[in-house]
Amino acid sequence: MNPRTHFRLVVLYVMVGVLLLVLVARMWTLQVLEGERYERIAAENRTRDIVVPALRGMILDDRGRPLARNTSSLVVSVDSTTLARLEDGGEAVLKRLAGVLGTSYEEISKRVRLCSPTVKRPCWSGSPYQPIPVEDDADPQRALQIMERQEDFPGVTARIQPVRTYPEPHGAGAVQALGYLQPITQEELEKRESIKVTGYSGVDLVGRAGLEAQYDRDLRGNAGYRRVLVDSHGRVTGVADEEKPVPGSNLVTSLDAQVQGVAEKALKEGIEAARKGGSPADSGGAVVMDVRTGRVVAMASYPSYDPGVWTGGISQKKYDALLGEKNNHPLISRVTQGMGPPGSTFKVSSLAAAVKDGYDLHGTYNCPGSYMVGSRAFNNFQSANLGSMNLHTALVKSCDTIFYKFAHEMWLHNGGKNAPPDAENPMVQMARGFGFGSRTGIDLPSESTGRIPDRRWKREYWEATRESSCKGAKEGYPKVAKTDPARAAYLKAVANENCKEGFVWRAGDAANLSIGQGNVMVTPLQLVRTYAAIANGGTLHTPRIGVAVVRPDGKVVRKIDAPKPQKVPVDDKVLAYMRKALADVPKEGTAAGAFAGFDLKRIAVGGKTGTAERYGKEDMSWFASFGPVKEPRYAIVAMVSQGGYGAQTSAPIVRKIWEAMYGTKDREPILKDGKLPTGIPEMPGSGTAP
Amino acid sequence: MITGSSVGSVEGYGGRRTWKGRLAGLRRLDWPLFLAVLALSVLGALLVRSATFQLLTEQGKDPEGFLKRHILNLSIGFVLGGVVTLLDYRLLRAYVPILYGLACVGLVAVLSPLGETINGSHSWIVLGGGFQVQPSEFAKVGLVVLLAMILGEPRDGEIGPGMRDVLLALVLAGVPAVLIILQPDLGTTLVFIAVVVGMLAISGAQKRWLAGLVGTGALAVAAVWLFGLLEDYQVDRFTAFMDPDADPRGAGYNARQARIAVGSGGLFGKGLFQGEQTGGHFVPEQQTDFIFTVAGEELGFVGGAAIVALLGVVLWRGLRIATQAADLFGTLVATGVVCWLGFQTFQNVGMSIGIMPITGLPLPFTSYGGSATFANMIAFGLLQAVHVRRRAFD
Repeated sequence: MNPRTHFRLVVLYVMVGVLLLVLVARMWTLQVLEGERYERIAAENRTRDIVVPALRGMILDDRGRPLARNTSSLVVSVDSTTLARLEDGGEAVLKRLAGVLGTSYEEISKRVRLCSPTVKRPCWSGSPYQPIPVEDDADPQRALQIMERQEDFPGVTARIQPVRTYPEPHGAGAVQALGYLQPITQEELEKRESIKVTGYSGVDLVGRAGLEAQYDRDLRGNAGYRRVLVDSHGRVTGVADEEKPVPGSNLVTSLDAQVQGVAEKALKEGIEAARKGGSPADSGGAVVMDVRTGRVVAMASYPSYDPGVWTGGISQKKYDALLGEKNNHPLISRVTQGMGPPGSTFKVSSLAAAVKDGYDLHGTYNCPGSYMVGSRAFNNFQSANLGSMNLHTALVKSCDTIFYKFAHEMWLHNGGKNAPPDAENPMVQMARGFGFGSRTGIDLPSESTGRIPDRRWKREYWEATRESSCKGAKEGYPKVAKTDPARAAYLKAVANENCKEGFVWRAGDAANLSIGQGNVMVTPLQLVRTYAAIANGGTLHTPRIGVAVVRPDGKVVRKIDAPKPQKVPVDDKVLAYMRKALADVPKEGTAAGAFAGFDLKRIAVGGKTGTAERYGKEDMSWFASFGPVKEPRYAIVAMVSQGGYGAQTSAPIVRKIWEAMYGTKDREPILKDGKLPTGIPEMPGSGTAP
Repeated sequence: MITGSSVGSVEGYGGRRTWKGRLAGLRRLDWPLFLAVLALSVLGALLVRSATFQLLTEQGKDPEGFLKRHILNLSIGFVLGGVVTLLDYRLLRAYVPILYGLACVGLVAVLSPLGETINGSHSWIVLGGGFQVQPSEFAKVGLVVLLAMILGEPRDGEIGPGMRDVLLALVLAGVPAVLIILQPDLGTTLVFIAVVVGMLAISGAQKRWLAGLVGTGALAVAAVWLFGLLEDYQVDRFTAFMDPDADPRGAGYNARQARIAVGSGGLFGKGLFQGEQTGGHFVPEQQTDFIFTVAGEELGFVGGAAIVALLGVVLWRGLRIATQAADLFGTLVATGVVCWLGFQTFQNVGMSIGIMPITGLPLPFTSYGGSATFANMIAFGLLQAVHVRRRAFD
């Protein structure tokens, strides 16, 4: 062997040795140094966690009728991360899908894009890592095409999923009370994961309003998961670990579908009638409460909407319609969030305040056509001079001037114009005692506080508005003056007064408050609670809609109890006196017309009309009632914004509800034995009805 | 410690070619080489079973189907190797033109409508009955013997082959190489290059030839890259090699899955037939090109290193045989085999652990395969044949 060959063979030896050492060294780093990391990646590689959503619990009425439940439907979903990985971003797949589903590519592509401040509905507001439903109720034939041609439809799945439906038994939509569901957002999902609450998967929906939001934790149950072993094609080869989902519990409510249906119908008819009479009647609410427990039997709100719009992703147009000014915010419950001055229905509070302040309950008072408060005349309704009367008649006939006098005298007595901010104010204190000016604490996520104006409030309000008031006082209102010089002068005078001493609690403020006018604001729920307290002997309940959380098998998870009720600061004999007076209102008082022909023997109803004037708007119409007078069980309040007189619009609405509950000559009562069920009903079958 | 290699007999060398003499020569076999190849074959068969039995079960086929086929292939291979061992390799020179011709005909046939495309390469001739032949594997044998013949001609005075021989070798090697490039089979082409360069070097060719060859190769690679002569998938594979996580579902998939399988094996592995990545068939082509990932996952670093060590023994014995060969022809045959198997080992294990781009080359003596196994066994036989007829120790 020549030396060159020999030398080169040695070089080859070395090269082979080095290369093999390189291999072993690399194996050492890969397997030993980084082995744990790859073991972890491998584990993720082999398993997929599939979230098995829990069936959401139903919302039931007092007899176990579902107000919200689930039906199964074939849902076609698109996995946007899979589509994004395709070369054309999934355009071809979506086009094919649109062809199969019979819609357009534009429509589908809009649905699968993600919502953002600049991207409006239709869009996906849920987690981007979860399948996005594009068709909620697919035709099985079409769904089958998709599943059979998976190679043409990567990332598209069709599977049976429960879909929330609102069956509206007996016409009881109760949509504002029930609320609605929306896909959980990525932020919410991440927040959940950080505290490791098993419950949401991104396919899950989360309650966004009403009872669906309030009792979300109970209703949603716990999602299960299945950790499946998969091969390289994602084919499931086995189950490694499984945790079955725990279905959500049902929520039994005190709502009664029949009463609710009647209330919604009566409210709608009342508003339509008011519109026919020429009033704008823009919105309204009606609420029925069990005076013994504070449980809400019905709460109707107008305008309303069809809850079916939520199913299957809502279009921007429909969503705008729900939120928009144009349709007057149908998502908002007027029972808990609609508010305005309560008018004469407020007099029960003022009367109780006057008696507590020392006025004789059984005294006789003069009811002139007008009463001078300082230099300004405060008139009776239609300036009628009703002569002298007792307080009973003052409520029945709804005399205003007696209450002006009470308010004015109390105002003078407690320091008048120059009283310190914390001076006594019996009418305000009584109103607060009846629960006005603060939230009732009902089991719903949104509720207005209303407002009881007092010295402190006036000062705060003045501080907030002083600048514009003083500007108006200084410059006048030249624009208004061009068309209406008298009005401009008036506005300037008001502005001047507000600028200089807008913080002063004036006698006029006190007078206005006494008859529920001016700046006082109450919600129908606050008012019904007050009348329930008068009816039940002074117990101010925290209203509740939820009665119990019950598992599908009937086991009661928990009963929903209200906090300990308060007592209104009113003597029993005053309450009894007021009940008696209110009982005469439908008989011979302001509501006699509205209750003409009402069978008061069958069901004696006491009530009070309210007609609140609002500057630049039509009157707010109120009627607050309770019954049966002897043994009160329910309180009913109706309110129609810009609905005209209380007796004219709201009283007939309330009357219809009473008639339906207790029946008439020609009509079977809803309440078979004079009351509604209060126990826990039997659970209806499984949540998914065919 | 090592038997056979230290036996100083010259019996087989130039002995009479009787059957008795040939059998007596078996005592002169390189036993470490034999044992290493046998161990690799047994290990390979177990790994082939591991890589295939779950998938076959799922498909409702005989779970041992691949194993049985592989055992048959190995048996035939050992017989082939044995026959080659018994041949006097020097007489091979007479058959080189025939071998070379057959290889070229096979490679041309592959490109004709007779050829089948499997895994993107048009490298197969399907014979029917489930049998198929990959001529490029046998072409490697042909190349080694051809180059050995041309470059190993006895020369007077000259240390290395002359220009005429070198050019002849390059031209004759170039014909099958071009046919293989056309398939396209990048891996085998690279093996060819390794074999040509290695054998030229060992034959004593002048440095300028080697430098020229390497330079031309570099230019060719640059040209191929610049003029886009590579298939898209080859470019993708290369990009994926540079950045395996760039496209985990596409071209980077194999590389990534291979690394995960090997990496998750750890020091001692998950146990034979216990690999979860293997069981889930995450790594494609696992019984052939990616057999090493089965070893990596199930036998761990220890098992993987053992396989590399066994292949190291094969290469070491091969080089030793080259050094001790009776003539330059024998040296060159052994060198060619070492370059071939050595490159293929480095390339195959390297791509399984992410230090080489992916090209379709089986792991010698270990991967499942027919043609490849036969070709490897013939190569093994050639080494033994050279060894049996080595020159005596001085």
